[in-house]
Amino acid sequence: MSSSSNTRAGATSGPVSRFLKATEIDTRLLGMIGALLLIWVGFHLFGVFFKGSGSFLTPRNLWNLSVQTASIGIMACGMVLVIVTRHIDLSVGSVLGFCAMVMGIVQARILPEFLGLGHPLIWVITALVGMALGAAIGAFHGWLVAYRGIPAFIVTLGGLLVWRGFAFLLARGETISPLDSTFSLLGGGPYGAIGAMGSWIVALIACAAILWMLWNGRRTRALHDFPQRPVWAEGVLAALGCGLVIGATLLVNAYPWPKGIVRQYAAANNLEVPEAGLFISHGWAIPVLIMLGVGVVMTVVSTRTRFGRYVFAMGGNPDAAELSGINTKWMTVKIFAVMGFLTGLSSVVASARLNSATNALGTLDELYVIAAAVIGGTSLAGGVGTIYGAIIGALVMQSLQTGMVLIGFDAALQNIVVGSVLVLAVWLDIVYRKRAK
Amino acid sequence: MTNKGTPLVEMRDISISFGGIKAVDHVTIDLYPGEVVGLLGHNGAGKSTLIKCLSGAYQMDSGEIFINGNKAEIRSPRDARGYNIETIYQTLALADNLDAASNLFLGRELIGPGGFLNDIAMEAETRKIMGRLNPNFRKFNVPVSALSGGQRQSVAIARAVYFNARILIMDEPTAALGPHETQMVAELIAELKKQGLGIFLIEHDIHAVMELCDRAVVMKNGQRVGTVNVSDVTDDDILGMIILGKNPPQAY
Repeated sequence: MSSSSNTRAGATSGPVSRFLKATEIDTRLLGMIGALLLIWVGFHLFGVFFKGSGSFLTPRNLWNLSVQTASIGIMACGMVLVIVTRHIDLSVGSVLGFCAMVMGIVQARILPEFLGLGHPLIWVITALVGMALGAAIGAFHGWLVAYRGIPAFIVTLGGLLVWRGFAFLLARGETISPLDSTFSLLGGGPYGAIGAMGSWIVALIACAAILWMLWNGRRTRALHDFPQRPVWAEGVLAALGCGLVIGATLLVNAYPWPKGIVRQYAAANNLEVPEAGLFISHGWAIPVLIMLGVGVVMTVVSTRTRFGRYVFAMGGNPDAAELSGINTKWMTVKIFAVMGFLTGLSSVVASARLNSATNALGTLDELYVIAAAVIGGTSLAGGVGTIYGAIIGALVMQSLQTGMVLIGFDAALQNIVVGSVLVLAVWLDIVYRKRAK
Repeated sequence: MTNKGTPLVEMRDISISFGGIKAVDHVTIDLYPGEVVGLLGHNGAGKSTLIKCLSGAYQMDSGEIFINGNKAEIRSPRDARGYNIETIYQTLALADNLDAASNLFLGRELIGPGGFLNDIAMEAETRKIMGRLNPNFRKFNVPVSALSGGQRQSVAIARAVYFNARILIMDEPTAALGPHETQMVAELIAELKKQGLGIFLIEHDIHAVMELCDRAVVMKNGQRVGTVNVSDVTDDDILGMIILGKNPPQAY
């Protein structure tokens, strides 16, 4: 983590700290990205030196990594709100499994009877059922916490057991597979990605949004005569933001479909496959776009709306929030409902990716989600946390696991490393916060 | 000082108990516009509890509250704000992790286009009011946990003043402050009084009471000992009321 910005008197002299001050980039964010890059390069070099070739920093691995992060990343966005208000949700893994099971039954057994197999509405209705169910379960947990005064730890610990039990009972432990073919696109895979052209359109929109945000920020500051960032700093931010978007898009477009899928696709569409093979890009995977969309929406909600402001006020001082006229109990219900909704959404992604619903789906996810939020800088003491931090945290967790699989660590060793990294990350964060004060 | 007309606030026969202990026992007090009424008594005398019934933090068991002569229903802090009652709590009731503007507008945020928070406008308003209350205040973009006691207090006071309070409740506003900041609060109270606000001041410091208040109400063991016009009595008279529960002849 970069620490040069926090030394008192000499801080204005160094070019690095002047750069950070002008661009107003969060140094913690830089620290997290630095740690992530360190992990990526470390695993890649390990492969280069000990296995002959590095396989981590390849389009294929990074694309898969992004898809594997989606499920945890989506839930981590909700967990930030829960933890910021000094609660915890241990039930998300089980609720995910339960929602997946219900959705499996809805799309594979109930809806085909009424609509016919493969009807285009099946995936829509199923996904809506899953998200509504998740939101309802979350709201119920929130109600128990807020209006019945049961600690969230206990409510959701109970939920962890209860919903896993229900998931088993629903189909008596059977696995429901395959799922609706359109539904399973939501989980990624060659067909569950939007291709090169679609990816460039998304990138264009994202770049336009970044530029608009910077411009709009300048405009509103000018309206009230507030100090502006220097123009060069705005330029650097625009270049960084758009560069990141374009770089990531180049990366996902550099990962082609496997030969078998290309052959299948060509046969279905009467295309001729040339001698050298056909290069069809994956592009952005749908679950990744869902996660990024959730991240953007949740960032706006948590920083630009009353709801978000109250979440942080409740975390900073629950009594103050109450005395300010905020209905903290109803807020708690809403926060848990949001968590449940995102769990339902995550359940769509996770079961679609497997193309099946099993009662064990999401086991231990609650711990990864909490760890992702905490690694991303969410404080268990409440009041502090960011959505982008949680998504990066999820990426860190997934990178560690993927990397260790690639270099062939066995499962026990993986757990040891992930656990140690969690503790280390929180310790570093505590040290950083103390220095920042 | 003689008060005529309708009182701004009248709390009649208020009682509230916690687990069988009568924290406030049939107490009646009133407050007129442009007046500062001090509430005195030992710790546990029931001053804060009584006043929390007015600010909506507690619900009284029995009794009635009249605002401008009309019966008022106050069941929550939101209701109290509806009657233009603002409270500055002893514990300051600030969310430490938020900045001054967010705290000032907490629960009453300014909303811009699209229903989103208008942070820039809130900061601009905060700069304006802080410029009046505490011109040295500069820390607008840091969490209030990074502020000194006096700076925090001025944020809390700004919050109460900004929203056109008619009735102000101050629970030991100078307890955590240095002499300079205490003077600032005293000047502010005088200023608000001139504007016609009614102020309930809970205070332990007898000198502050003598200096700032028009009348003083003394409580002991949940009951009202008596009320005095501050200009008619000495500090010793009031101390006698607080410690011994003994009224001087001027009391009523």
